[in-house]
Amino acid sequence: MRLAPLVILLAIGVIFVIAAIGMPAFGDPENPAQTHVAPRYIAGAYKEAGVINMVTAILASYRGYDTLFELTVIFTAVTGVISILRRR
Amino acid sequence: MSLLSVIVRTATRWLIPFMQLFGLYVIIHGHASPGGGFQGGVIVATSMILYAIVFGLSAARKRATQRLRLVMESAGPLIYALIGVLGILVGGVFLEYRIIPLPYEPHITSEIMISIIEIAIGIGVMALCITMFYALAAEEALAAEEVK
Repeated sequence: MRLAPLVILLAIGVIFVIAAIGMPAFGDPENPAQTHVAPRYIAGAYKEAGVINMVTAILASYRGYDTLFELTVIFTAVTGVISILRRR
Repeated sequence: MSLLSVIVRTATRWLIPFMQLFGLYVIIHGHASPGGGFQGGVIVATSMILYAIVFGLSAARKRATQRLRLVMESAGPLIYALIGVLGILVGGVFLEYRIIPLPYEPHITSEIMISIIEIAIGIGVMALCITMFYALAAEEALAAEEVK
């Protein structure tokens, strides 16, 4: 009975190794991550967002929701810290 | 009163304005150079954390009062969300800065709005980091008193 979890674990491990071999090479310019949206950001960052800093264009304009809710996460974290720590 | 030496106190007093100036530069210039609201806000907050370490928590609480911090830390997310809602009000989608009716080209309008939200993020993150430090430091002081 002890053997069954080990066998399952090894099987999952083998699947993971096979999946990792199938991944694209690190830093390959033909990666899906680098051919999908990145060229559009590079071409359109100034025209669409108006800022010369492409990182800011992505963070504040293309990924505006992400940045808004990052701020909300910090706000919630501080609310939690205060409500836990402040004793009466 | 501070427990630290006069050297530390004097150096801190000279250092804090430059830290805050650099933080403001990182916030305001964040849309054109490396930096932005989060980083600049943390730099400004660091100056107040240094003040609290050197001059004590009660002196620091007088400099950044609870009422002021409460307003600032709520203002950050609110200004950001309101600018997002502005895009809906003029007929676009949430957080669409380009179509907000200002007398400029769409991409210049977008740049102005991005600057405003960077400043809003800076204000919010600054007040939130200061509040988090003060709350943790107050808890530490309270625990030390209980041990006694």
